[in-house]
Amino acid sequence: MNFEFFELTKLRKLLDEKKVSSLELTKYFLLRIKELDKNYNSFVTVTEEEALKNAKEADEFINSPGENPFLCGVPYASKDLFCTKGIRTTASSKILDQYKPPFDATVTKKLKEQKSVLLGKTNLDEFAHGSSTETSAYGASKNPWDNTRIPGGSSGGSTAAVAAGLAPWATATETGGSIRQPASLCGLSGWKPTYGRVSRYGVIAMASSLDSPGAVANNVEDLAHLAEIMSGVDEKDSTTGPIEVPSYSKKLSADMKGLKIGVPKEYFVDGMEDGVKQRVMEAIKQYEKMGAKIEEVSLPNTKYGSLVYAIVCPSEVASNLMRYDGIRYGHVTKDGENLLETYEKSRAEGFGDEAKRRILTGTYVLSAGYIDAYYKKAQKVRSLIINEFAEVFKKVDILACPSSPNVAIKLGHAKDNPLFGYIADQLNIPGSLAGLPALSVPCGFGRPSDGETPSMSPYPADAGHPLPGGEGNNVGSMPSFGLPVGLQIIGPQWGEQIVFNAGFAFQQVTDWHKKYPNI
Amino acid sequence: MLTKEEVIKLAKLSRIALSEAEVEKFQKNLETVLSYVDELKKVNTQGLEEVNQVTGLVNVQRDDKAVVAENRDDIFGQAPEIKDEYFKVKAIL
Repeated sequence: MNFEFFELTKLRKLLDEKKVSSLELTKYFLLRIKELDKNYNSFVTVTEEEALKNAKEADEFINSPGENPFLCGVPYASKDLFCTKGIRTTASSKILDQYKPPFDATVTKKLKEQKSVLLGKTNLDEFAHGSSTETSAYGASKNPWDNTRIPGGSSGGSTAAVAAGLAPWATATETGGSIRQPASLCGLSGWKPTYGRVSRYGVIAMASSLDSPGAVANNVEDLAHLAEIMSGVDEKDSTTGPIEVPSYSKKLSADMKGLKIGVPKEYFVDGMEDGVKQRVMEAIKQYEKMGAKIEEVSLPNTKYGSLVYAIVCPSEVASNLMRYDGIRYGHVTKDGENLLETYEKSRAEGFGDEAKRRILTGTYVLSAGYIDAYYKKAQKVRSLIINEFAEVFKKVDILACPSSPNVAIKLGHAKDNPLFGYIADQLNIPGSLAGLPALSVPCGFGRPSDGETPSMSPYPADAGHPLPGGEGNNVGSMPSFGLPVGLQIIGPQWGEQIVFNAGFAFQQVTDWHKKYPNI
Repeated sequence: MLTKEEVIKLAKLSRIALSEAEVEKFQKNLETVLSYVDELKKVNTQGLEEVNQVTGLVNVQRDDKAVVAENRDDIFGQAPEIKDEYFKVKAIL
């Protein structure tokens, strides 16, 4: 039996009905990783021994009387930014090459309590600085739809692993686009939570006022289940909000009648690929068919989002990365004559170019004489962006737009462009600056503007499932030549439920989320 | 314009040793980033507050209670050098 691309709800059922054991599932995915990950480089560390042990424990639990937690015995992959006690956690940086955290991130702890099975730690841009995984100290990950192209980033290892069917789902994190953009480029469903919805404790810090741990999976229903498990107040993260976590999955509703959807005209930027624009407009039409009311809205300060981010993010990075000093943990230089040299050489040897670039930029814009002109100015413009979203959400329930201006680009083009990350994520960053929840859901395929991609015939892994959309639904049967395009759905602060509903509704009438690359 | 000397000073402040070639590279990179964000200066932000957080939470505190850390050995185990129960550092001067 094949298990790749199965929804979590389906794996749960199979495990509960004892049609498969956690050990069988775990061995199945470990074997896939062993055989296939050489093509995608999606894992930094594979935790085979622990996985087999945890799977046996999960099986014992399943075989004992009583209900099983939703993720009990279900394998997963974790972005290598989430601390895992005793298991190497690198942030894809040489400076943490041999780091074994003495504690678990809160998310890791919650997943352990569910008796999930960790398969391994996935690759990312170093410290999550980037949008292609090309800044990783362990090499770039590759897009399973075309492995000459980027999977996006920074959570590109997680999205490559799930898209290639090497794991049923994976943790991911966003600071400004790092879940939505790679989910879009790899044809997956990705959830970027409201800032403060999921604890940041034990997630290696990038920019603390923005970091939002989330997940990527094969459909939105799975994400709703994962959100229930991962969310909530944590006394170890004082920025988590004391807002009740709803039973997102039980409350899922595909009823779009009367839902007001805003389409922000500024999100259809110059230079956007035609394929992307067309697929997203078709998706919006689909909502109209379902009874939603579509309205064009304007968010004129969108264009400043990436500029604000290009100041705020490096500022917070510079301060967060000061902790790597070669004294308490992490890489230490062999030739430090005194303390200052130990700091300077350990950091010089341990950090890659992008980390150094962001530290230097942040240090500059925070230094006396420049802080008012750059950092404080940016934080003021940030409030313009937040106010603008607040106003628009008085008129509409959600916003719908593209997740990325383009499909996956070729490997190598992002590497030495210091602005790549800021421009690639321009459609994600404004929402991040305002701390808003969002999804990226697959909505079709587009031709890349930078050359050809192998002609692909994505196959539905689950061909036996007729679409509830019935005969009237012809969206899924359009020619699917090209690379995945993602529809972005943005909701108001703490508005996860409405965002999940919209994504869920779309997946009831389309089957783009059931297209998989030929592996 | 960002001078070489400024980049060297930033590297000092950031505690990162840079080679001469790196100074030159980052001088160019930082120029690119700074000219990219320059447009922000034109935005009218009169009367606007700086945003420092988005959740609106105020003074989140916990009880000041000591708890036993059960992972002392794991913590020390990560240090490049320890002596007795201290992190060992190089001479400061």
